Formats: sequence, structure tokens, C-alpha cells
Amino acid sequence: MPDGGLFVLDVKDLKTVFLTRAGEVHAVNRVSFQVRPGELLGVVGESGSGKSVTMMSLIGLLPMPPAEVRGGRALFDGRDLLAMEPEELRQIRGARVGFIFQDPMTSLNPVFTVGFQLMEPLRTHMGMDKRAARRRAAELLELVGISDADRRLDDYPHQFSGGMRQRVMIAMALACDPEVLIADEPTTALDVTIQAQILELVKELRQKLGMAIIWITHDLGVIAGIADRVMVMYAGQVVEEAPVKGLFTNPQHPYTRALLQTVPSVRGKRAEHLRVIPGQPPVLGAEPRACPFAPRCDHALARCRRENPPRIPLGDGHDVACFWDPATGGERDV
Amino acid sequence: MLNYTIRRLLLAIPTLLFIALVIFLLLELAPGDPMANVPLTVPPEVKEKMRIALGLDQPTHIRFLKWLQQFFWVEPLHMIDALFGTQWGEGMQRIISWQSRSPVMDIIWQRMPQTLWVVGLSYVLGALIAVPVGVISAYRQYSFIDQLGTFISMIGFSVPTFFTGVLMIVIFSVWLGWFPSIYDTTLVVHDWETFVKQLKQMIMPVSVLALYNAAQISRFMRASMLDNLNQDYVRTARAKGLKEKTVVLVHVLRNSMIPVVTVIALGVPQVFGGAIITEQVFKVNGLGQLLITAIQANDLPMVQTLTFIFAILIVLFNLIADILYGVLDPRIRYD
Ligand SMILES: Nc1ncnc2c1ncn2[C@@H]1O[C@H](COP(=O)(O)OP(=O)(O)OP(=O)(O)O)[C@@H](O)[C@H]1O
Ligand SMILES: [Mg+2]
Repeated sequence: MPDGGLFVLDVKDLKTVFLTRAGEVHAVNRVSFQVRPGELLGVVGESGSGKSVTMMSLIGLLPMPPAEVRGGRALFDGRDLLAMEPEELRQIRGARVGFIFQDPMTSLNPVFTVGFQLMEPLRTHMGMDKRAARRRAAELLELVGISDADRRLDDYPHQFSGGMRQRVMIAMALACDPEVLIADEPTTALDVTIQAQILELVKELRQKLGMAIIWITHDLGVIAGIADRVMVMYAGQVVEEAPVKGLFTNPQHPYTRALLQTVPSVRGKRAEHLRVIPGQPPVLGAEPRACPFAPRCDHALARCRRENPPRIPLGDGHDVACFWDPATGGERDV
Repeated sequence: MLNYTIRRLLLAIPTLLFIALVIFLLLELAPGDPMANVPLTVPPEVKEKMRIALGLDQPTHIRFLKWLQQFFWVEPLHMIDALFGTQWGEGMQRIISWQSRSPVMDIIWQRMPQTLWVVGLSYVLGALIAVPVGVISAYRQYSFIDQLGTFISMIGFSVPTFFTGVLMIVIFSVWLGWFPSIYDTTLVVHDWETFVKQLKQMIMPVSVLALYNAAQISRFMRASMLDNLNQDYVRTARAKGLKEKTVVLVHVLRNSMIPVVTVIALGVPQVFGGAIITEQVFKVNGLGQLLITAIQANDLPMVQTLTFIFAILIVLFNLIADILYGVLDPRIRYD
């Protein structure tokens, strides 16, 4: 699917800061990544690593204030999302970039029917009249595997189960045929069997519709099954990025390696015990000047505490932001 | 929903009967003599006759049952007679005010328009002002507009209406002479001139009460909006690329109105209670003033009837609030 052609999304040096009463929180620091058409980019990292904030910064979903996008650019179809007028960005949101959130129980408006909520983007962005929008809404529900679609349009969200609601959310995000779908932990709140069903559905829809997907999760096991490439985030920055195979067979960053060990079973065999990375991720009051992972790292070198490592390309689309080289056990040659 | 309503209405009957009994007994126990206002020159045997004429020689339970019969049977018949010119209630004893010796319900009907116009209008106005103020305050939380709204509503419900009322009279009647300080109830609106006059005399009492009502309702509205603005579904609505106006005025407002509508409905009986103090300050002789003078004069039938009507309204609007809740929130199912 990835054809190496133009990127649908090209983000460079994104920086987002929250202005809180206690001072600034540097939630996202110089994050860069690209997404090719039709590609599935997995984004992993512990809670608080800045995954959601990164994606919400791109399409203006953060409340400002307290949030402030302080730098970077995000080219979408040749235009910078970060420099756009709010009105221009609104016309892209929901039309060309779809968004799915973590908690389907609270993400739908309880007082409007599912049909009404599904028809909204169609009427707003595609200028459909009521009848056309309703017909399309029923098609969308069928597309995401909800039977008796036409009748269910008149039901309210509370009449759907959690998994069904997430299907509705997916239908809503896909309503206008977006080029990019951003899924922020869409299965975390669901139980395991429903999770698997939703994953299957997304895989199937991706084949059918061919949009690029950014899939946020803290579950590497999920990523292994669906992603083309993976980006690992820690403390608001990208610490490693690689094609999915490269990441699982040859993880470079100590954080990635630790994460992989916390996954019970990635390739069939069961890990003896779950390893949990000791310590807490930092809350950054300023841009980090040293490697933010160093305090929790088993391999930290003197240099790691003086300098924040840049992303070092290793070839084959694999790069890592770390001075330690697992191959030699010593310092990387940069 | 219909089943639920009927069930609630049936349930309201014993509740109301009990309330009626409690009111009756309370008034019975209260000290005071209905003959106290009769001049001292009236001889005791005449007083005794008057007592018998008022039915005061009867035992308590008989008088209570009689009042019930009059309230639920005789008075409705008289109302029908008045409306359709029938003669069903002919010759039946109505509830008579001890003070004025005329039927209680006639006086109430007479006073109702004043209260509805002044207090009712101020309630409607208060709600109409409160909703947009609450929405804007919440949407622009901590902005200048929000601070201003907070300040004014603080004044609105912390400064009592007898103070704002008197203050307005001093400023607008005494100093500026724009509006009359006394409400003329006998004024009949039949042309432009009298209409302007009516408007002028209503402005002060209505705005004092509207400020008070708006202050309370706008606080509710603001809190409810703030609750909803942080909900996940709002982020979803924005992620769909809806216009900000749609997000706030359709998605958020619709949810925020649910508790506010309930609060507004629950407040309606207050309107009929009349804003007693404000009616006193501006000399509007509405229901509130009627109640006060009846209490002062020991006019038990009047007090009993008025209080009971308020009780009915409270029970009724509680039911209406519950039903509205069910209508507005699809998650609530009563059956
Ligand atoms: N409204 C806010 N005000 C202040 N700080 C915030 C706010 N929202 C997020 N942050 C900070 O931004 C950082 C990144 O948060 P983010 O939600 O992106 O994490 P995440 O990787 O998505 O985590 P999770 O897996 O829990 O969703 C966190 O450290 C958090 O403290
Ligand atoms: Mg998140």
C-alpha cells in the first residue's frame, strides 16, 4: 500500500505547550513524522507521552488557551494546517481528516439520534439535503456492520452498546471519505472481543476505502497486527520510528525495548513475566536539555544527561533518538 | 409517559388532601379571633350571631369537610356557571372571606391579573435574559463579560428586592419623576395613552423582579453550560468540523437546557405566590398582598384557600418539571 509517493501529512518540529497555573507544560517537543497515502502509522507510548496532544494540535482540537502551538508546520495537501485560519481548518476537520476517540460511551451526544449525528458532517461538508444525507447515513451504518441500519438511525446513543457506539463513531469519522483517519485509542475502553472486532473492521475499511490511518495506542500488541510503520513517543518527543517489522525485530531505543518486554506475547511465545518500566515519565516544565528517558534508563551514558539526542537515521526508514547502541553496548558513533 | 402522568396525578390526590388538612389544622391552632376586627361597639350577642353565620360554631372536622366540599365541588360549579352561564351552583354556599364577606375565589380572580402581569412578566423576562447571559458567561468563562454577568447576578440575588425596589423608587420616582411610585390597579388599558401609563407603572416592579429571577436562572444556566462544554461529545462535534455556533447552540445548549428548564418550571408557583415583598413595596395589590392582608386580618378561609392553591401549583409544577425532563432527555424513560 505505501507507495513512497507524496505524503498526505508531513509534520515537522511540532511544539505544543500548555499554559497552566503552575507554569508551562511542554507536552509536545519537536515532533516530526510523515504519513503516506493509505499507510497505517501506529503511535505508541505510555500515558502522558503526548500522543493525543500531538494529533489534536494538528487539527485545532485543543482548547486554546490553555494550549498553544508554538512552532512547527504540518503540511496537508501542500498547505500548513498550523497556519490556517480557524474557518479553513474547520472545513478540513471531519471532511478530509476524520477523528475517532477513546471513549465511545461519552463521545456521542446523548440527546440527539445517531442518525442526526451521522448526518451532520454530510450536511455540513457535502451540502447534502436531508434525504440524501439520511440515505448515505444508513449506508455508512451498514458499512461499519450495524444491521437494520435505516431503523437504527432513529435510535439514541444509549440504545447502542459500547462496541456499537464505536462503530457509529467510525462511521461518522468516515462519512465524508477522509484522506486521513486519526484514531485515538479507539479500542482501549472496549473489552477484548469487541476490540478484536473493531480492529478487523478498521482493517477491512482500510482495504475498501484506502485512507491513511494514524492509530494511537499504548498497546504494542495491537500495533503489531495492523501498522505499516510505528512511531514511539516518550515525554512529548519521538524516540524511535521504524517499519513495523524493523521495530519488533530490531528495537533500538531502551524505552522501546522495555515496552516490548511489557507486551505479554507479540509473536506467539509467552513472556515469562511482564516487565514494567520502573519510574514515572516526567512532566516537562521546559524543553528538555537532556534525554528525558535517562533517569529511567538502564543504559544511560554520561552524554545522555548533558544532551538531548537527535533522531539518528539508521537506514530502511528506521531512526532512533538515542546515544546508546544496543549492537555494541556502547555509545553510538554520531 | 401518559401512564406515568396519570399515575402521578392519582398519587397527588392523597398528598394534596393531607396538605389541606395540615394547613387547616395549623390555622386552627394559630391564635387569633376572626371577630377581633369587629368594632367594640357591636354587642356580644350580635357577634355570636355573626360567628354562627360564619359557621364557627361547628366542630373542626365538620368545618374541614365543608371547606373541602366547597373547594372541590361548589367553587368549580360556580366557575362553570360564570363561564357558560349555567346555573348548577345556584344556592350553594361558597367559601366566604371573613374579612370582606364576599366569595374568596371572586377576590382571587380579581387579584390574579395584577400578579400575572407584574410577577409573571418579570419571570418570563428574567428567564429570557438569563439564558443568553448564562450561555455567553460560560462560553467566555472569566472574560470581562462573564465577570460583569457574575457581578450583576451577585447583586441580583444578594441584595433583597425591598432594597432594590425602594432604591428604584427613590431614583426614578422621587428624583427623576419618570415613573409613578404607586401601582394603580384600577387603570384600564383602552388606548395608547393608558397603555403607556400601564407600561410606565410596570417598569420598576417588573425590572426589580426580573433582575432577581435572571440572577438565579443565569447562574444555573452558566453552571450547566460549563458542565457540558467539557464533555467528550463536544470534542466530537468539533472534530466533525461543525461550525462553532452549531457546536455551542445546538449540541451544548440542548443538553444544558435540561436542568434549567426543570428549574424554571419548578419556579412557576412562585409567580402565583406573588413576590410578596415587591408587591408590598410598589403597592401592587396582587395575590401576594392579598395573602399578607388576609393573614393580618385572621381571614382563615382566604388564607386556607390561597395557601392550598399554592400547594396545588407546587405539586402540579413538580409533575410538569418531571415530565419535561423526560421529554427533553431521551435517556429517561418513565414507563
Ligand atoms: N489541558 C491540559 N492542561 C495541561 N496539560 C495538559 C492538558 N492536556 C494534556 N496535558 C499534558 O500533556 C501531556 C500529554 O498528554 P496526552 O493526552 O497527549 O498524553 P497521551 O499520550 O495521549 O496519554 P494517554 O495514553 O493517557 O491518552 C500530559 O503530560 C499532560 O499533562
Ligand atoms: Mg491520549
